[in-house]
Amino acid sequence: MVQYLTARLDASFAALSDATRRGVLEQLGRSDASITELAEKFHMTLTGMKKHVGVLEQAGLVSTEKIGRVRACKLGPRRLEDETAWLERYRQLWDARFDELDKVVEELKRREKVDGRKKRE
Amino acid sequence: MDARRESEPTPMKRTTVERKSERELVVTRTVNGPARIVFEAWTKPELFKRWWVPKSMGMSLLSCEMDVRVGGRYRLVFGLGASEPMAFFGTYLEVTPHSRLVWTNDEAGDAGQVTTVTFEEKAGKTWVVLHELYPSKEALDAAGTGAADAMPEQFEQLDELLVTLGAGVGRS
Repeated sequence: MVQYLTARLDASFAALSDATRRGVLEQLGRSDASITELAEKFHMTLTGMKKHVGVLEQAGLVSTEKIGRVRACKLGPRRLEDETAWLERYRQLWDARFDELDKVVEELKRREKVDGRKKRE
Repeated sequence: MDARRESEPTPMKRTTVERKSERELVVTRTVNGPARIVFEAWTKPELFKRWWVPKSMGMSLLSCEMDVRVGGRYRLVFGLGASEPMAFFGTYLEVTPHSRLVWTNDEAGDAGQVTTVTFEEKAGKTWVVLHELYPSKEALDAAGTGAADAMPEQFEQLDELLVTLGAGVGRS
């Protein structure tokens, strides 16, 4: 599942690394749009825009639906936030917990050493 | 710790969290101390309360009662700012000194997970594996969403980045 996490993040970041794709997300944040409309807005060919949308779709950031002859695009299920982010949050919680546990364990070890030296007070 | 390896190829200090299956989460970490001491820190309330609720959680532990024996119960009460305190409670199913603890998490009713922690000592260090088994995929998903809601900002930057990029997403 760590691989799963990493792959998801990779896909998302790769998708976000391109200015046009970020623009498309922004655009879709304002309103849904067809591939044709997006292509026009970004002065691109249909094929070029289809590719960008494909990358965003694979990363789960955008979802598309064919309605008649038009492919409508909207913001995706945002799984990055929903799933990956909570697992990472959970990991960070445990990381912080274990950091605190380390301190307690260090203290107990020190105390044990002292007790060992003078046979408990 | 220095960069020198000590026969273990894995990065020793790092905490990992893995969703092992639809119903299971596994957390691992190595603690620099013998299992006997680590176990003590997990089973004595006065020690436990010092680390279970790190500051970054944004909560405080109002009370912590633990009767660590088979069939014994525990009850933790968390304070979260001005909102109602939250209680977490359950029963210890297994208690094997220095090596294993199993407890239930009953605050979520039937959706609660069973937590198993094992402590494995090697060369003065303890490999801690915490395994949570949920009754269903839905229960784990719900717990995840709950955790995401309950836990503070730490990873929010990425979320925010996405929200910013997606503009107006907050509306949906």
